[in-house]
Amino acid sequence: MNLIKFLDEFTSDNLAKKGASRRDAFSTFSSLGKKAAIAAVPFGMAVASNKAKAATMFQSDDAVGALQLALTLEYLEASFYLQALDSNVLDQDGTGKANAIYEQISMHESAHVTLLQDTLMSLGETPVAEPTFDFTAGGNFDPFNTEGDAATSYAQLLALAQAFEDTGVRAYKGQAGALMGNDDLLTAALQIHSVEARHASEIRRLRGLQGWITLDNRGTGMPAATQPVYDGEENLSQGGVDVSTLGSGSPFTAEASSQAYDEILTGDEATTIASLFIES
Amino acid sequence: MKNKNVKVESLVTKKGNKRRQFLKMSGLAIAGSGLLLSCSDDDDFTEPNPDPDPETFDLGGGDLGVLNYAYALEQLEADFYTKVVNGSYWSGAAMEEKQILEDLYNHEVNHREFFKAALNANFDAELVLPESLEFDFSSVDFSDRDSVLSTAQLLEDTGVKAYNGAGKIIETAAYLVIAGKIVSVEARHAAAIRSIRGNDMDDFKLFAGDDIVAPGTGLDGAENPSVIINAAGGFIVTPFTANQLP
Repeated sequence: MNLIKFLDEFTSDNLAKKGASRRDAFSTFSSLGKKAAIAAVPFGMAVASNKAKAATMFQSDDAVGALQLALTLEYLEASFYLQALDSNVLDQDGTGKANAIYEQISMHESAHVTLLQDTLMSLGETPVAEPTFDFTAGGNFDPFNTEGDAATSYAQLLALAQAFEDTGVRAYKGQAGALMGNDDLLTAALQIHSVEARHASEIRRLRGLQGWITLDNRGTGMPAATQPVYDGEENLSQGGVDVSTLGSGSPFTAEASSQAYDEILTGDEATTIASLFIES
Repeated sequence: MKNKNVKVESLVTKKGNKRRQFLKMSGLAIAGSGLLLSCSDDDDFTEPNPDPDPETFDLGGGDLGVLNYAYALEQLEADFYTKVVNGSYWSGAAMEEKQILEDLYNHEVNHREFFKAALNANFDAELVLPESLEFDFSSVDFSDRDSVLSTAQLLEDTGVKAYNGAGKIIETAAYLVIAGKIVSVEARHAAAIRSIRGNDMDDFKLFAGDDIVAPGTGLDGAENPSVIINAAGGFIVTPFTANQLP
């Protein structure tokens, strides 16, 4: 299976169909964000129009597909944090705190890459190769500050980290069912999943947000184009029951009831988000 | 097949309406129709009939066992945070900490009520862990910031390990997904509490510190129920067993 080729075609096909280039779609990731509402539309529609195609890529009963998707997301995160640390942009906070946080996360993501590669090889599978990532998303971002605006780069660096971590939590959760029946794989995936959630909480808090997601709010300062990371988080129905009806008072408000449960992303939803940062 | 047990009666009399509501709505109600029938008899057995010598409750095995186990852990956490938000540290805490702990209280109470509803919708009442387990938090000083936060950290980290270790026991994909939805929130909690404590000691990596996430593999903890129950034993007063869980 050529995952990366698929990801690439998937992305360009869909964005082209909707008459928007990848550059257009992600111009909203920049600190300007004027086209936010418009650009978010083709992204969302692209997902819907090709669900079937992506679904065949990451069958929910395909453990290897789940691991390859996980590895792709880990490649993305690992590469992002290494470049972030190299960029010195994190010194912007003046305390060393952001740098320390990124160092710890970077160590974990790089370890996850190795672990997933080893796991796939132990199953007799060839791990997908690391893609070439473009964290400028076609020149719309400058998270590593090549253009001399460190404050903007710092804000983008944090916003991207939040989007990646919250995506990671939802994506792993969406693949858990595919790993049922293999206790070791499932447990390891869960052990990675909760680490992604720790990361997400900390990055969100570093950005001044709560560590948990309220309804489908992407949070202050997050570009509108990141909304697909949060769509669906407003769900209150767990196991067929609206958990906001299970009692009264503050634990059962819609806000608290949504915070208390993170939601899944399907393989194709996660793929679409990741694809926007994959060059080849 | 009426169960003449006090806990059943209390569930039925207090929560009868809520149970029926859940059953009507629940996509998880595998055994729903059978339980609906038994619910329709609720009004028949209101006579007090305490079992003078009840056997120690066993959580059971498979999905039932895991759900009961999660229900016990969520009762433990909810009871702790209920005491926190009624304690003097919380009432005088800085705004950020106050908000975080109130959020954690909200989430854990919600989780507790979810498991109660899910269990009662899908299993016979006598198989469901009693509500209102008794806990002993006498080792915690609810007027003391460090005592509260360190206990919160312990409970949240323990919750993460517990769910991570229980995933493999779950037989039904829908339950696994729900456990996944909850465990990541527990991990978010753990990181937030650790982050507050880390700031105090200039340890900005404590949110996912090497003491809890293995640095070589980047893996969080995962423990079997027997290990978790043993570790939490100091807080648990109401005895129960987990003989059918690893």
